[in-house]
Amino acid sequence: MPILRADKGACQGYANCVVAAPDVYDIDDDGVVVLLKESVPEEDRQRVEEAARSCPVSALAVEDE
Amino acid sequence: MSRTAVVVGSSVAGVRTAQALTAGGFEGRVLVIGAEDAEPYDKPPLSKHFLTGAWAAGRLSLLNGGPSDERIELRLGAAAEHLDVADKQVRLADGTRIPYDVCVIATGASARPSPWAARDGVHVLRTLGDGAALRRDLLRGGEVVVVGGGFVGAEVAAAARGLACRVTIVDPLLDPMARVLGPAVGPLLTGIHERHGVRTRFGTGVVAIEGTSGDLRVCLDDGAVLPAATVVVGIGAVPNDGWLRSSGLDVANGVLCDEYCRAQGTQDVFAAGDVARWPHPRHGDHVRVEHWTNAVEQAACVARNIVRPDEPVPYRPVEYVWSDQYDWKIQIAGSPARATDHTVIGDLTGDRPRAAVAYTDAAGRLAAAVTLNWPRALVTCRRLLAAEAGFTEALAELDRPARARPAGRRP
Repeated sequence: MPILRADKGACQGYANCVVAAPDVYDIDDDGVVVLLKESVPEEDRQRVEEAARSCPVSALAVEDE
Repeated sequence: MSRTAVVVGSSVAGVRTAQALTAGGFEGRVLVIGAEDAEPYDKPPLSKHFLTGAWAAGRLSLLNGGPSDERIELRLGAAAEHLDVADKQVRLADGTRIPYDVCVIATGASARPSPWAARDGVHVLRTLGDGAALRRDLLRGGEVVVVGGGFVGAEVAAAARGLACRVTIVDPLLDPMARVLGPAVGPLLTGIHERHGVRTRFGTGVVAIEGTSGDLRVCLDDGAVLPAATVVVGIGAVPNDGWLRSSGLDVANGVLCDEYCRAQGTQDVFAAGDVARWPHPRHGDHVRVEHWTNAVEQAACVARNIVRPDEPVPYRPVEYVWSDQYDWKIQIAGSPARATDHTVIGDLTGDRPRAAVAYTDAAGRLAAAVTLNWPRALVTCRRLLAAEAGFTEALAELDRPARARPAGRRP
């Protein structure tokens, strides 16, 4: 299953990921990304990769196990 | 038979289209043609982290070498010169003809050139080369004059201040940010410059720039002359559509597209990003949007419509743009320019306010929102805008988190 990674230090709270995949990404009150899941099923990969690519500071990755 | 997708432009729109094509099931070849020699890079940091030196150029790369990137072919340092729609070919400046089955125009925009000519030392900021040259000059120190109080001008001023330069911003408008932020927030951003020691000469135009790098003079329409070591002119951008003049496509301030981002009158030519003009279903007219997020979302829509031509989806984004100035995070969703009225949620006063301004339109819907240092509220607004929520309903929803946590608290 694709594993989700987030670089909280790089995150700037632009929140494109939350808009693209609200079931996977959220941000906290300080505007820092929160992963709602550690991994996603293979059929979600394309959608979640697209959400990760919408991060302006490349703080998100979808990796293989 | 294998198909070839040719993406013209190594902009973020071009690269993200190519990535979405390979990741989204496009079986054939995906080729990205870029006019610049540099590996495709991202532009927002050029006026922020790159200019201050916090990020090196390597961090700006748009390709990360993942599985979907490996299938993308790059042809860099190759400017496209002509699009032959009938023969389905792109001609490059060196005469090479590249046949395509589907073409995506993503040539982006260029900085509007400075109308004032000095021998040297007058910068614009759009490319990596521009950023490196400006950074070199800023590091010499001395007076910096920034012409244009929009996003680029304001971010350059903040970055130059961070490099210990003395900075003045000049703009013919009294409240330059009001154009994009609306009247409630615009004046606050004049205040933030002054608080950080950046002088503003708003409501004053430039008539001439004279001299040479290190010893420039910026002549203003009120008779004042500002000495400067370095001048930066940030007065907007123009779409890179000149190469399409011979194509027969409908080009006027961008490539005219249909609601699916297909160039008008074609089946196999699309456009994405700064260079595309399309009829936005929510606005009822054609728009061209120069924001980063638009480039990324439009790229995804174009790729989707190429991979699934039988069920194309219209492109109807909620506009979103951000600006980082000093320690403020300014985020805008929707278009405040179309609004008729606004309500402030939270408190706009203080050194670093945490607040939102919600704008409504004639139909009583939420039309736009500007948030200061409050990303979570912006997420709520983007969701409400996409759902075309009524203004009253939107205010009620925004008010909840505002009450849960007092405005003005620093993170």
